Amino acid sequence: MRNTLPILAVLGALVVLWYVAVAPMNIRGALDVADRGGAEVIPPESRDRFETSIWRLMVDNPEQIAAGYSLDRPRLPTPGQVGQELWKTTGDMALKGRPMSKRSLIYHGWITLQSTLWGFALGTALGMAGAIAIVYSRVVDMSLMPWAIISQTVPIVALAPMIIVLSSQVGIEGRGVPKAIISAYLCYFPVLVGMVKGLRSPAAAQLDLLKTYSASGVQGFLKLRLPASMPYLFTSLKIGIAAALVGTIVGELPTGAISGLGARILIGDQFGTPLAIWSALFAAAILAGTLVTLLDLLQRVTLRRMGMLA
Amino acid sequence: MNWLIFALVFWLGGWALNAYLANSPWRSALIVRVMIPVVFGVTLLVLWEGTVRAFGVSPVILPAPSVVASTFVASTDILWEDFQQTVLKGAVSGFLIGTAAAFATAILIDRSAFLTRGLLPIGNFVAALPIVGIAPILVNWFGFDWHSKAAVVVVMVFFPVLVNTVQGLRETDAMQRDLMHTYAAGYFDTLIKLRLPAALPFVFNGLKIATTLALIGAIVAEYFGSPTRGMGFRISTGVGSLSIDLVWAEIVVAAMAGTTFYGLVAWIEKRVTFWHPSHRTSN
Repeated sequence: MRNTLPILAVLGALVVLWYVAVAPMNIRGALDVADRGGAEVIPPESRDRFETSIWRLMVDNPEQIAAGYSLDRPRLPTPGQVGQELWKTTGDMALKGRPMSKRSLIYHGWITLQSTLWGFALGTALGMAGAIAIVYSRVVDMSLMPWAIISQTVPIVALAPMIIVLSSQVGIEGRGVPKAIISAYLCYFPVLVGMVKGLRSPAAAQLDLLKTYSASGVQGFLKLRLPASMPYLFTSLKIGIAAALVGTIVGELPTGAISGLGARILIGDQFGTPLAIWSALFAAAILAGTLVTLLDLLQRVTLRRMGMLA
Repeated sequence: MNWLIFALVFWLGGWALNAYLANSPWRSALIVRVMIPVVFGVTLLVLWEGTVRAFGVSPVILPAPSVVASTFVASTDILWEDFQQTVLKGAVSGFLIGTAAAFATAILIDRSAFLTRGLLPIGNFVAALPIVGIAPILVNWFGFDWHSKAAVVVVMVFFPVLVNTVQGLRETDAMQRDLMHTYAAGYFDTLIKLRLPAALPFVFNGLKIATTLALIGAIVAEYFGSPTRGMGFRISTGVGSLSIDLVWAEIVVAAMAGTTFYGLVAWIEKRVTFWHPSHRTSN
């Protein structure tokens, strides 16, 4: 792991930068709190403070800078605060024996994970079916492929509230199905493109060889094209699952959702609790990282078994 | 029921025409390659229209394409105002700032192998994260107007462009760099004449990903607060007030804006990287 040291160094630098940025970002909030607490701040009027630059405020009130690191509702929380909040809403709740409480991020993460996996399964199935149709039929290739590309340039989020309304009108209860549709929409395309590339990757000589064996079309597919597409498939799956998670979270953002990481972000925004937003964001990041890492492991194991790992 | 039968027959007819064209001797002609997807799209629209009419679907649930089209024509002034707010101010300015920043950062960190090794995996990881979630935070920081939307777009497009540019800058092989060295070319000469051109296909790959992300970021950020205009604003209020036809008209605008934006970048790419194998025409 010769990359470990540089990665750690960059991460360390980012955390330091974050801690430094907290001081100017939170100075106004810290001064307001100190003012209400009766402490002397310069300038004393909150309207004057609003018009003063943050750098000036920091120079004039150096003793209040430290308070910016422990605000209840900071504009920018410190990494420590985010970590604490994350622990309070996950591990701590699990230790207290209610990991599935409505306040627990494990519960919300689980809701999001379910939709993501459904959407991923649906999107992958669609993408693979589309790829097979495209590789084997020229009509499908010529009529579908341009639309598949165009579909990705359409911002699906514009459609997200629409899909949610539609599915509730049609009589589908809850948010699970529309969220899964949105994530499937975002995740099918990388799978489709990767699979088309993969299924077309066998060389003409290889296809000809199978013909001399008088192999049928199905055999050619199962024994040559499908195995040859595996490396492409796994690369696309990793992109696909990340896209599916984005889709689920976007599906949870429009007003009305109450469970899921996206809804936590929305509720944190409405109730003015930045720590809830930040911890939900980090939970989403951890979820994304875990899913991609799991697929990466699966890729290594599968390709090694197939003898394709270099 | 007649409508449904008509739509299905039309769809089958379109498909048969496409099947004929795709297997005909003119299949590689440009006009045929454009016509086939267009015919396919038109048949889908007719199928949609037919289904809505045949089953009498309420316009509050799913308006027919003809209704959407007439709403679109009737409300071009609103749509244009929203387009300006969301696409021109939010998405495009964020896209320009974000890609420029990512490009500059990539060139700077490229000088240090240590930084590249550290930033590339992190950038790859961050590019896979659901960054849209930061929208409420940035709206809180930069206010309701388009500045916060541009900020969301900047963060969203930064990492894909950064990762792709850094990867592209490593594309030249030792032989080519040695050749530049024998020409006594310095760092900047090598950068401008060899490494940047070699990196361009990768840069454009990142830019194309960024076009879609820019629109997504600008629209989602409007769900968290915006002035009383903008595509995201109109969509979320339109869903609430059941003016679904206007929402679909906005979706059409979003689709056209996204496709045009992507097409524009793809067109520039074709002009700039004409030498690349994937763009060479085989005569």
